[in-house]
Amino acid sequence: MQSKVDLIEGFRNPSHIKALAAIIKQECKRKINIMEVCGGHTHTIMKFGLPQILPDLIEFIHGPGCPVCIMPKERIDHAIALASMPDTILATLGDMIRIPGSATSLQKLRADGKDIRSLYSPLDVLKIAKENPDKKVIFFAIGFETTTPMSAVLIDTVIKENIQNIFFHINHVTVPEPIDVIMSGKDVKIDAFLGPSHVSVITGYKIYEPIVQKYATPIVVAGFEPSDVMESILRIVRQFNAGEKRFVDNQYARAVSRDGNLKAQALVQKYMHKRDHFRWRGIGDIANSALKLKTQFAHIDAEVVFADLLPTQELDDHKLCICGKILSGNAKPFDCKVFGKACIPANPMGSCMVSSEGACAAYFKYGKLASKGA
Amino acid sequence: MDKKILLSHGGGGEETQSLIKDLFFKYFENEILLKLEDAASLHVSENIAFTTDSFTVSPLFFNGGNIGKLSIAGTINDLVMMGAKPLYLTCSFMIEEGFGYGDLETIVQSMQQEMAKSGVLIVAGDTKVVPKGGVDGLFINTSGIGEIIYKGISAHNLKPNHSIIVSHEVGNHGACILALREDLQLETELKTDCASLWKPVEALIQAGIKIVALRDATRGGLSAVLNEWAQTSGVCIEVDEAKIPVAPQVRGICEMLGFEPYEFANEGTMLICVEAGEEEKTLEVLARFEETKKAALIGSVNDKYKNRVILNTPWGSSRFLEPPKGELLPRIC
Repeated sequence: MQSKVDLIEGFRNPSHIKALAAIIKQECKRKINIMEVCGGHTHTIMKFGLPQILPDLIEFIHGPGCPVCIMPKERIDHAIALASMPDTILATLGDMIRIPGSATSLQKLRADGKDIRSLYSPLDVLKIAKENPDKKVIFFAIGFETTTPMSAVLIDTVIKENIQNIFFHINHVTVPEPIDVIMSGKDVKIDAFLGPSHVSVITGYKIYEPIVQKYATPIVVAGFEPSDVMESILRIVRQFNAGEKRFVDNQYARAVSRDGNLKAQALVQKYMHKRDHFRWRGIGDIANSALKLKTQFAHIDAEVVFADLLPTQELDDHKLCICGKILSGNAKPFDCKVFGKACIPANPMGSCMVSSEGACAAYFKYGKLASKGA
Repeated sequence: MDKKILLSHGGGGEETQSLIKDLFFKYFENEILLKLEDAASLHVSENIAFTTDSFTVSPLFFNGGNIGKLSIAGTINDLVMMGAKPLYLTCSFMIEEGFGYGDLETIVQSMQQEMAKSGVLIVAGDTKVVPKGGVDGLFINTSGIGEIIYKGISAHNLKPNHSIIVSHEVGNHGACILALREDLQLETELKTDCASLWKPVEALIQAGIKIVALRDATRGGLSAVLNEWAQTSGVCIEVDEAKIPVAPQVRGICEMLGFEPYEFANEGTMLICVEAGEEEKTLEVLARFEETKKAALIGSVNDKYKNRVILNTPWGSSRFLEPPKGELLPRIC
């Protein structure tokens, strides 16, 4: 008989999680501030209440790794301008449609009668374009290295099949550059990082080697289940206990290698290259931190084709919002004056409340019982 | 060509009469309905429960049910949750021009089958046919009257030490509809829990169980009902995550898409609050029925907080189970 690992319950075994908590408690000798870069990890940490079973010496700082949260308002205004064009369908992923731009959100625009689709897979765009040959279909592409290859597959199909009515607005961003910016800032309190495993499935874990060297800060590539996160924390504790040597550790060896998925990387590089800079909501301008279509694909690049319609004004968050401080580890969501009052998931004032993966949104949903700052 | 519903079927003339006689009477036939008066004349006791609900689910057909079954089970369950024996229903069809006659017959047939399980009758009805685009295929409204045979069931009565029981796995209907609507190609089979709950509730009443509150966990799921109860009674409800039954395929779809099974809709799953000491007997009775045999004791009421629901994990952490917010799924029932 073939044995099957239960991919959910197998990594949520209460006795494993309790045992890991006990070992961490026993071995952890110093205060360690750990930034989980990815909003998915923030979600796991808060939903499963991990801070409650970890020693006080371990503190989490919530990073900028949520593609919806870091989208600056002016680019949401791009989506709104594109979706407002006649005979247009705008398609995007996740809770992008909820995010307010300067005047409205895609969700409200949809209620006004504009055709806006929230997809689970970018390839659904092909079906929509075929069913609506008289309309322009614009794919507002978002996500880190994990989702970029899916956009690349869609671009590849559009180019090879010469599909005329699909355009791309590319907002793909990358993980290492914002980590570099955060670590090079003033008053940085981060001792170690949890790296998102799904990003490294594509990129490999080697992308973090320069950062570990530059800042002598351990990074553990970690899975998203509670046992994965607990084991990764133990690996961080043990790296500190073992001496001065700092390295990238790979907890998610079941799917991550040093080099990653070379085929996916090649496909992304075929169609996209780095932008000189990209503005991250809550953090600001970061050089080389995002991708765009190469110039030979300008004919399907919505930023080029519809350039005249796209607003260029940069828009900052409300001045009461402290997302910048939260993302650098200098504040917690509960420290914010507007958290849970003027700023709520239904009407976010700042980036961290925007998506369900944002730090403030996770505190709002899961963190009210545990007063101990997650 | 397949027979279709035409605007003339709703015009009140000959075609309307033939639709009523050939289709609706064929399945819904009973003495009161066949009198063909302007309104049904009924004999009911003093204590009645009266409810109404409209059904707009898309798609109309899904694994384990269709809009017709849902429209009967939904209204029956609303009556049953008040401790009432369901007796009479009314039924209005709003049909889009061009709707398949065969599909309508399948739907009407499943309504008849679902009514037979609880012994209820449709005693009045109405049919409208609207031009293409006026409705999405078919909408159904049903209203129902039942005789309250167990008094005092109320969301206001929860007190510390009461126990909370869920009658079935949670989230099956919501997950099933989500997978269909989004055309998710899954290898596992998701099936709605759509079912009338009169038989198990009747058995609980007959067994003398001291029921405090009853609520079917429809839109907003388990989380909505628990939060509503906690707020209405001003108490804290504490539940153990490990005890809440969730089908593996529902857990899978939730993990994949970032939902919580506790927020998914159900159409044949109820929460039961009973007095302390009644738990074992309640579970024994529920185990006798197919639709409630997976029932489980999931938690209890206390006064640690007011108006709050606490979810405990099996490894010793806990969080508030917040009431569902925002857009989860449009038109799931």
